[in-house]
This record gives sequence, C-alpha cells and structure tokens, in this order.
Amino acid sequence: MSDPLLAVSDLVVDFKTRAGNARVLDHISLSVNEGEILGIVGESGCGKSMTALSIMGLIPDPPGKITSGSIKLSGQELVGMGVDDLCKIRGKDIGMIFQEPMTSLNPVFTVGEQIAESVRLHEGASAKAAHARAVDMLEAVEIPEAATRAHAYPYQLSGGMRQRVMIAMALACRPRVLIADEPTTALDTTVQAQIFDLLQNLQDEMGTAIIMITHDMGAIAELADNVAVMYAGSIVEMGKVDNVLSHPDHTYTKGLIACVPHLSTSPGPVRERLMEIEGVVPALTDLGKGCAFAPRCNAVLPRCSSDKPELIATQENHLAACWAAEAEMAE
Amino acid sequence: MGLGQILAKRIGYGLILLIAVVVLNFTLITIAPGDVADSIAGDMGGADAEVLAEIRSRYGLDQPFAVQLGRYISSIAALDLGYSYFYNAPVTELILQRLPATLLLVFSSQILAIAVGLLLGVMAARKPNSFTNLIVTFLSLFGFAAPVFWTGILLIILFVAIWPVFPVGGMMSALLIDAPWYEQWVNIAYHLVLPMVTLASIYLALYSRLTRASMQEVLGSDYVRTARAKGLAENKVFYKHALKNSLGPLVTVAGLQFSAVISGAVVVEAVFSWPGLGTLALQSILARDTPTIMGILFFSSLVVIVVNILTDMALRMIDPRIRAD
Repeated sequence: MSDPLLAVSDLVVDFKTRAGNARVLDHISLSVNEGEILGIVGESGCGKSMTALSIMGLIPDPPGKITSGSIKLSGQELVGMGVDDLCKIRGKDIGMIFQEPMTSLNPVFTVGEQIAESVRLHEGASAKAAHARAVDMLEAVEIPEAATRAHAYPYQLSGGMRQRVMIAMALACRPRVLIADEPTTALDTTVQAQIFDLLQNLQDEMGTAIIMITHDMGAIAELADNVAVMYAGSIVEMGKVDNVLSHPDHTYTKGLIACVPHLSTSPGPVRERLMEIEGVVPALTDLGKGCAFAPRCNAVLPRCSSDKPELIATQENHLAACWAAEAEMAE
Repeated sequence: MGLGQILAKRIGYGLILLIAVVVLNFTLITIAPGDVADSIAGDMGGADAEVLAEIRSRYGLDQPFAVQLGRYISSIAALDLGYSYFYNAPVTELILQRLPATLLLVFSSQILAIAVGLLLGVMAARKPNSFTNLIVTFLSLFGFAAPVFWTGILLIILFVAIWPVFPVGGMMSALLIDAPWYEQWVNIAYHLVLPMVTLASIYLALYSRLTRASMQEVLGSDYVRTARAKGLAENKVFYKHALKNSLGPLVTVAGLQFSAVISGAVVVEAVFSWPGLGTLALQSILARDTPTIMGILFFSSLVVIVVNILTDMALRMIDPRIRAD
C-alpha cells in the first residue's frame, strides 16, 4: 500500500506549565488518505485542537514542544522542518478552519483581501487575478453576491457567512488536506447543517482529505469515513465510523454515544433523562500510571489503575485501548 | 455615512465646542477678582476712582456682562482677539508670531514619541524576554516618574557642563538673522533637539507601553493564528495583520493627550527659553494681560479641537467598524 497522504505517528507534545510538565499529546498515530474524512471526537481539553495545531506546526513554543514522533505529508517529514519551508506548506498544502468564525477573520481587512492574500502568497498571482480567485471562492462556498461581498469587512457578515469565508480562505489554494477544528460549534443548528453540507460538496469536488474535529457525534456519523476518539491526550478508540459508532469497545466512546440526546416525537409522561459522563477530564500534569479514564469509568478493572492500556485491534479495522474490551475479547 | 459627511459633522460640533470654550474663558476671566483697569492703575503707580472709571469706560468694562461677551465673540469671529496693552500689539499678531514655534515643538515631539514608542513597543511585544523589553519597561517607569521640568534641567546640565554639543536655550542663533533660510532652518532644528526630546520623553514612555500592551493582546487573537495558518511569514503577520489592529489605542491616546502636550510645552518652553506660546502665556499671566491670555486659550483650544477631529478621522481610516457609525 502506498503512503497515506498525511500520516502522524507516535506524536508526543509536551507543554511546560507552572504545575509541571503536561503531556498534551501522548503517542498519537493517525492517518488520512486522499478524499477521506477523518473525524476526531472527544471532550474539551482532550488534545483534539493540539493535534491540529501540531500538524500545522503552530504549537505555541514556548511553552509547547513536539517531543518526539513524526508528521508526514506525502512522505515529507514536517516535524523539525524550518519555519520558512513550513510557511510554504501552511495554507497551500494544508488549510485550516477554526472554531470561532467571529474572531478568526482580521477585522480591518475586507474578506476579499484576506482570501486573495493566500493566493498571492502561494501562487504569486497578481492582485487582480487573486481578487478574481477570491470572488470565485466566495461563489464556491455559496455566498450570494460574491463580487459585492468580497469588499465587505468581517463585521458586516453573520457567523455562518464568516465561516464560509474561512472555508473559502482555507481552500483558496486547493490544499490536499483541510483541517476543520470544530467548524460549527459556534453556529446555529441550521447553519451547522449547511456548513457540513458545504464541506462535503467541496470535498467531493476537490478530493481534499479532511480532518474534522468536532463534538458533534451526529456530524461524525454522517460525514466521516474513519473516527478517532481522544481522551486526555491519547487516542482511545479508532476505526471505521459505522463500526465504532455501532459497536464501541471503549467505555468512554460508549459514554459519548449515550450522551447524544434523542429527539422523541411523542413525549411520554416522564421525560428521558439527559445522559452524562460523570466527572471531568483530568489535569494533564498529574496523570497516573494507569488508564486516564479509569476514575470516571463504570466498568473499571483492578489493572486499569496500574497499567496503561495500548491500542489493540478489537475488531476488523477497529482499535481500542481498554482493558475491559480486551478482557471481553479474550472470553 | 461617508467620511466627508462625518468630517463635516465633526467640524460643526467642533465649532460649537469652540464657542462654548470662549464663553467659559470669558466668564472665568470676568468673575476673577481684579481687572485690566486695576492692573493699568498698578503700573501707573496708583490712580483714583475717577481715573479707574475712565479706563474702564475706554475698554468697555463698564458695560453689562452680556454686552461685553457679545462684543468679544463677534470680534473673535472677525479674527480680532483684541489689543494687548502690555505688549502694545494686536493679540492675533502676537500669537501668530509665537504659534509656529510652539506647533513645531509640539508636533515634532509627538512625531518622535509616536515613532520611537511604536517601534520599541512592537519590538518588545515580539520578544517578551528580550533586552528591548527591559528597556521599554525601564523607559516607561522612568518617563512616568520623572517630571518634565526635571528631565529638562538634567538635560541642560548634561549639555552645558558635561557634553556641550546641543544648544540649551533659544530657538535660533542671533548671528543668523540675515542668513539664508536653509541655514536658519538647520540652526532651528539644532536648537529644537533638547526641548523636543524633553517633551517627547513622557509620551515616549506612554506610547511604547501602550503599543506593547495592545500588540501583545492582538498577537494572542484568533485572526493572528489564522494569518499564521495561511502560511504568512512572521514579519507579515506582525507588521500587517497585528500592527494595524493595535494602532487604535495608540491613536486614541495620542489624540487625547494632545492638550496635555500643549501644557507640557509651556513648561518645556520656560526651561529652554523657547520663544513659543508657553513663554507668552507665562508672561501675560504675570502681567494680567487679559486679552492675550484669552487669545492663547482660544488658540490652544482651537488646536486641540482640530487634533481631536484628525484623531477621529484617523481612527475611522484604520478601523472599518468605527467608520460605519
């Protein structure tokens, strides 16, 4: 099999904090192929955004640092690459859209200028050609009256429109990989659906690989091919999306799926209780030896608090790092 | 609303404000004890009530307050600020003679303070643990703590006694009175150095600190991360995306400080015997030369109002969100 388009292997990222060293990413391995969508899910503070920033080479240093591991784009190593070379890849080969469309666009430049800037930078296009591309991109993300809107400032656009602009900016140079870091978290539900549709359409058209970071299990189910579940800086379960969602092995994944509220059409006399996973994500500075999820797990075994489980194949194309799952498999 | 319309509106407000300032000045001076007649009588070595009354009627001081105020405003509208009996010259002429020196001092010191403050602030924000940052911290503490007359006197001591390279008083060497204009200008620039640096020192401290703080804030913002994610080099991220966003506070404060700069100039002019409005103000206050004092107040408020309008327009050019109001 040929190299995957983007392959992250054994990536370790540490942050120096006052409370000590925090291992925000602990031996992360994942890969994504052309035309694929990889979903990354997990609670806040699990390392999802850190994974994205590491791939972009945008970990704030200090205090953060890639301690070990490798990130390869079509076989080209990105870890340790010089800033100048990284700048040629960011925005060109790997595009990124962020969670907060309200604040992610520069308020003092028009949206057209901001999209055109990428094109001029990476393709050396003339101001006129770059502007024309910006208008094309705004059309591609289905912004009405694109030619006029190109001259608008971000404050004149709604959140959904701004996120479309972000997508247009990230895709302006036709990157091979698009990282979408919770692209819809800050938006209305209806707008969320539109943005997801848009991403899927653009992906069909351009064949871009997408790494989709989200809280939204529904979106993962609908869009993603593969999914990685992260907890406390580690991937705890990974596999084909249908399989992971229908037959989760890790207690954490089961919990996440159970937390998705159901819409019921005929409300009974007693309302269904909303599910939650008890407890919070532990501080990364004082993770014990065992499984980081053990204190919140409802299927905890004696060895969970002393040994950290590794990712093992529990089903076909499906990995999980859970002693309980392993024990079940052994039976 | 277009920028032109906003400008017109701001000028209208400025005129109203200017009239209010004139009325206020006039009222304050009128209710202050003693008047020109007392002062003239004092210079004459005393006078009886009859002479005083005659002087008052000659200067229109026996008219009701409203009439005096009305006359004053209408004469100002005709750009006539009255006659200074102390200098024996029309006030407008006196002020126009001195105004260029003060404007030169005030604007050059502000340009110096803004340029150097901006540069130091940006450099300090870029490398928080660097030597530059230390210098900015030191400068801002020193600049805030040291009163401007003290800085001035220290500089005089330094450049008179220890290192006599800059002239410490006056505006132009008297020998050059018939020299060609460019020689005069060079000489004026040479004389300008010390008063300009002295007056700039406080604001330099303020502006560098302000720039550092707003740059640091902007650098942590999401759109700076977006700019990096686009693949822009650090210099571009800094000087294009971050700097334009952090100019707002600097422009606002520089505009607001302008009236303080003018009063600072009074002190600096006195220390360096700079022949500007400050020196004139001081002398006319001591001489109770009411028309001149009011004329100076009028001109300084005019300058402050104009600068405020310019500040407002500059802010609108920088930030499209303000432009929209």
